[in-house]
Formats: sequence, structure tokens, C-alpha cells
Amino acid sequence: MTTLDSGVDSLADVTSSEDRLRRFLLGLPGVDQVGAEARAATLSTRSIKTTAKQYALDLAIRMIDLTTLEGQDTPGKVRALCAKAKRPDPADPSTPQVAAVCVYPDLVATAKRELDGSGINVASVATAFPSGRSSLAIKVQDTKDAVAAGADEVDMVIDRGAFLSGRYGLVFDEIAAIREAAGDAHLKVILETGELVTYDNVRRASWLAMLAGADFIKTSTGKVSPAATLPVTLVMLEAVRDYHEATGLHIGVKPAGGIRTAKDAIKYLVTVNETAGPDWLDPELFRFGASSLLNDLLMQRTKLATGHYPGPDYFTLD
Amino acid sequence: MSRFEYAPAPESRAIVDIKSSYGLFVNGQFVDATDGKPFKTVSPASEEVLAEVSEAGPADVDKAVRAARKAFDKVWGPMSGKDRAKYLFRIARLIQERARELAVLESLDNGKPIRESRDVDIPLVAAHFFYYAGWADKLEYAGVGDDPRPWGVAGQVIPWNFPMLMLAWKIAPALAAGNTVVLKPAETTPLTALAFAEICQQADLPPGVVNIVTGAGRTGQALVEHPDVDKVAFTGSTEVGRAIAKSVAGTHKAVTLELGGKAANIVFEDAPIDQTIEGIVNGIFFNQGHVCCAGSRLLVQESVYDEVLARLKRRMGTLRVGDPLDKNTDIGAINSSAQLAKIRELSQIGEDEGAERWSPECELPAEGYWFPPTVFTGVSQAHRIAREEIFGPVLSVLTFRTPAEAVEKANNTPFGLSAGIWTEKGSRILWMANQLRAGVVWANTFNRFDPTSPFGGYKESGYGREGGRHGLEAYLAH
Repeated sequence: MTTLDSGVDSLADVTSSEDRLRRFLLGLPGVDQVGAEARAATLSTRSIKTTAKQYALDLAIRMIDLTTLEGQDTPGKVRALCAKAKRPDPADPSTPQVAAVCVYPDLVATAKRELDGSGINVASVATAFPSGRSSLAIKVQDTKDAVAAGADEVDMVIDRGAFLSGRYGLVFDEIAAIREAAGDAHLKVILETGELVTYDNVRRASWLAMLAGADFIKTSTGKVSPAATLPVTLVMLEAVRDYHEATGLHIGVKPAGGIRTAKDAIKYLVTVNETAGPDWLDPELFRFGASSLLNDLLMQRTKLATGHYPGPDYFTLD
Repeated sequence: MSRFEYAPAPESRAIVDIKSSYGLFVNGQFVDATDGKPFKTVSPASEEVLAEVSEAGPADVDKAVRAARKAFDKVWGPMSGKDRAKYLFRIARLIQERARELAVLESLDNGKPIRESRDVDIPLVAAHFFYYAGWADKLEYAGVGDDPRPWGVAGQVIPWNFPMLMLAWKIAPALAAGNTVVLKPAETTPLTALAFAEICQQADLPPGVVNIVTGAGRTGQALVEHPDVDKVAFTGSTEVGRAIAKSVAGTHKAVTLELGGKAANIVFEDAPIDQTIEGIVNGIFFNQGHVCCAGSRLLVQESVYDEVLARLKRRMGTLRVGDPLDKNTDIGAINSSAQLAKIRELSQIGEDEGAERWSPECELPAEGYWFPPTVFTGVSQAHRIAREEIFGPVLSVLTFRTPAEAVEKANNTPFGLSAGIWTEKGSRILWMANQLRAGVVWANTFNRFDPTSPFGGYKESGYGREGGRHGLEAYLAH
């Protein structure tokens, strides 16, 4: 099997029956764990300084999906987050805006109102987030509600139970159904890689999601540990690169959960640059799902501009 | 800036204090050479002269061997293994303390990227001293007999590709086993060995236990042929190895030789593809291909040839060639103008014989010795580039159809130092490893080293093993 040779037609073929889909996914080249982790470790020793660092910090800010996904979320909290999304650093108007604000479906309308006219998207985790354990009808309705409330992007979770028991067709159909329910909204498919465990599973799930119509593949909900890791993101970036070779389509990647420092974010950007390529260094194709990352980026940005670190109180909580 | 272009991130040279000239290290002191002309060592990345180094003539070598003999008889030989271990642990810790300095010095003198000297070479150097320090008081448990004894004085000659690491491979087991040493580093890369001499002083190592004589082939020859040397260890070219084997034949000297290679890196159709590409890159472009066990012959199963080649070329396009002290450099400078000339000559022969040559677009610095990462396709076993060791960033790609054919082609070489197998099939890995005539067989990885793992060759790749318990055996009479 060669991923490079497969054209669009043959890929349409592989989804024509569960059996073919299964054979295709199981036929993908394996991922050697030691090798993948060694490669990620090498990429994280790149040294990014001066102009490159400036560029990386601003790019990382533009790639953030500023997120609050707590049971205790309120309209007040979401309004505060939206204000921050629009003006991340009140002291420095040159600071770019983030890409999107990510909330639960019932808070989409609030976020939409707050962000009106800002150009910042509203993303919503629909589909019985984070476990995904409800009927397809409910997941579809959840998605439709979010989109009706104004969500520009839908982050769905896959059925990990179905995936791990090899029912790839079920997972495929579910993603395709949500794809349809989401309409024009961008669909991000959360693989919850911490529950898939092996890199082989991560690669298969990535392909499955792309074949079923994902615009983005996303590592995690943030509710399961481990969440995003560099090697997992590396494997997903390899998958979108190969999918692009096969189809000409660009699929985005979103690591989410656990990325807290500018230093970590830069490691991800280096990995994007050297794996999928510079085309993916764009908020259209790469996002960080994060809440606490932003302040560290702002702090490093101020350090570059002024030569010293301001204290944490110089940046807003949210 | 619309693209993510990494700004230069050079490591500071300020951490290293390079003297304008160096003497020889004999009997615990730096001394002037008596009968050789001093020579210069340059940075291959800039051709800048780094220092002037003494050439040891036969009289100087004789002094060093005598100092080693005396230290063996009076101090190091009679000392308990436990006490020898203390010195070795102390040296290991000093290497760790001075790691950054040694890494910068190594990259300056050798041309290898700081990423490798910092992350691979120097940590492995410290690891070797720690590992063999642990053996010093347990020699009778090394599995080489009840009462293993040191040979005496070891004369050691090392190459320029891993100057400090090869020093560690030679000196650490020799001292642990109770031998004293006279070591000659390569003429193009003597500086870290001289820094190591300072570390021996810092560690209060008894005078004469380690002696360093700098110079070229003549110095090495004087050392190897010295009648009072008991054990000869050499890493370098097959040609010199042959001369050494002749010169020690019929003497009492024990000898180990670690020579050239032309390793087969074998890729099956079910290989973990992305890691395989990394392994191919690491196999041949690590240390500019200046690696005796480099995976310089890529054997790809025909069914995945196109895909492997396409992916390999794309990956080669991301390799960053340039300033070895820049932390983002993947491929540094070729070690010397002579080596560059040899790589150019063999590559030209490859083209003349009809193989297809490809390199990614990359700008090479104007000063210094550089060669772009290069791949030759359409290569057959009959091509010279498939048979001779190029010792540079030049990969020859061949194909095969069945596992048996892969084994046949892999073994069809005068060398036998290493080999690599890439497949998800465990049973095939084990079957192949048994068939391949190579001292090291890596599975789903390449160019990995560890002090506990023996290393050495078959056929023209030499004899004897370094590293692990086997490496101790080479320094023990039993």
C-alpha cells in the first residue's frame, strides 16, 4: 500500500464498504514508537531566537482557540474570555487576536454576541463532549443546536469505544453524519489520543477522520491525560501531509490540552514547519487548544520587546 | 517575515580557551616535542587556524611509552580496582562538568554540528567512563576467566570522525582493566584529546597513566611499532589497519582493529515508513557521513522504491547545512580538504559509471570544506560507489525483491561492520540478524551507540570488539 500513489478515486473506493475501509486502515504503514519519539525529541532541540522567535510568538497567538470547558462556565466567564480574545494584551495594541473562542454549545450564543464583528470565530464542542457516549441522534442535535446558535467551528469527539473494538465503519458514519449536521461550520474531529494509546491507532484514526470529512484533526478533549504530546502531533502532521499528497486537500491539526508555555508552543511550530511544511503555519491549518498558553506567550512577547519579564499580574486572568 | 525562517543561533566560543600552541602530554605534564615540526589544526568550517600542535617523533613516543611503563609497574598496575574506579568516576564527572566546553571545542576542530557533539558525542563520552569505572573492581566477573590481568602499555591510535568519543572507547576500558596508555589522536582533530589531558591533571590521575602524543601517520607508526607496547588498538582506515596488522605480526602484541564499512540499510515494504526515512537520514547524514558504520548502501524492496525515494528526497530538502556551531545545523563541514577531495572524486566516479546523482538545493558557505547531502540512484553492486567507503554524506540506493536477495546483497561486500533492517515483522528481524555478516545489526533504528553494547567488525572491517564486557576483554590477558 502506498499512500502517495492513491488518488482521490481510490480513496473514495476505500470508504465504499466497512471491509474495504478496515483493510485500508490496517494496511497503513506502521509507526515505530521509539523512532517517532526520537524524531519529536530532535525537533524540540531546535533553537528559535530573535526574529524567528518574534514571528513564532505572534503566530502562536493567532493560532489559539481560547478555551473554557468547565461545568461551572457562565455567560460572565465567557464574556470575559471573549474580551481577552479580542485584546489579549491591553497594554500593547499591536498584539494579534486569537483565532477562536471555544465553549460548550449552550454558551455559543453568548460568545457569538461578544465577538460580533471581531473576525474571531466561535468554536463549540458538540457531540456529547467529552465522552461522546450518547446516541447519534443526540449528537446530531447537539451539533445542530451549536450551529444554530452561531458556531463557526464544531469540535466533535469520536466514539473511542467503537474505534478500539474495530468498528471503523461506525466511527466513519458518525463523523460523516456530524459533518452533514454541521453544515458550513468547520469540523474538527477530536481523536482523544490518550485513549487510543498507540501511534498506529493515532495514524489510523487520523486517516479515518480525514476520509469521513474532517477539516481538522484534533488530539484531545483536554479531559484525559495524556492530552496533546509532541510525538502524537508529529504522527498526525505526517498523516495530513500524506493525505495532501494523495488528494491535494489541506487538513488542519489541533493539539489541545497541556500546552502551557511559549517554549512548548514553539516546539510544536517547529514540528509543523519540518513535517507538514510551512503551508501549515497558518491559523487556517494549525491551532492550539489552550487557555493558559496565551499569558505565557504574552509575557515572552513583552520580554522580547522590552528586555525584561513583567510579573504575572501585568496580564489579565481571562 | 511571512515564513518561519530560523534566525542564526550560534553557540558562543567564549566558553573555550584555546591556547596558541600545545605540547605533548607525557608523564602528567605538557612537554615540548624534541624531534618533530609543529603543525596547525584548522576549523574545517572556516579554515581558520585554531592552534599549533606538536608533532611527536620516535624519541617523543619512546618517552611517552616509558612513562606509561613506569606508571603501569609502579602505580596503576598494583592499584586496587576500587581505587582505579575512583579516578575513572572522577574523570567522568569532570567531562560532564566541562561538557559544553568540550562540545564547542569538538565542533570547532572537527566541523560536526553542535547538536551532535552536545547531544550525542560528549554525553556518550561521559557514559563510557562511568560504565567502565563500574567494571574496574569487578574484572573477574566479566566472563573472561578467574584472574584476568592487564596487558601493560596500550598504544592507541584514533580517527578524526569522533575524536573525543573514540578516545573514550579506547582509554576508558584500558584504564579500567589496569593498563596504562599512550594515545595518538588524528592530526586534524587533536584539540579535545589535549583538553582531556588537562582533565587527567584535574583528576589528579597519577603521572604516566595517560599520555597523549600528537602527530600524523609517522607518529602513529612509531607508537604501534614501539617494542615496549603490549597492546595495540586502532580505529581508522582499512589500508592503515592492514599495515598495522603486518607490523605487529610475529610480535607479542595484542591487537584490535576497527576499520572501514559499507553498511547495508535494508528497507522492507512493511517498514514503519516515516521512521525509516529518519533512520536512513540518520544512517548516512549523521556526522556528515563520517561514520565507519554509516548506512551508506540503502537496499530498498522494489515494491516501495518510489515511495521511499520520494519521501527521502523531501526529507533531505529540510536538512540544514552550515555553521557547525549553529544549534539548528543538521550537517556540518567535511573534516579536511583531503577528505572533501576524496568525496568529490568518488561522487564523480559514480556519475561517470552511470548512476544518477541528486542533492537538494542548498547554499554552501564560501569558506571551509562542504559537501551537500547527496543520493545516488540506479546503483548496482558493480558500481564503485556501492563497494568503496566514501566517508561522506553520499548515499547509494540499490533495490532487492526478496529477503534472501537482501541478505545476499548486504553480505556481498568486503566489509562487515554494521547493518540496518526496517520491517514491522519481528520474525524477519531475527532471521535477518542471523544471516547478516555484520558486527552490529540495528532493527528499526540506526547509528545508536551505548557503552554496554559491543561494537566491531567482520572481514575487512577489522577484528576485536569495543564497548560492553567484550570491550574489556580486549584489554585483558587471560
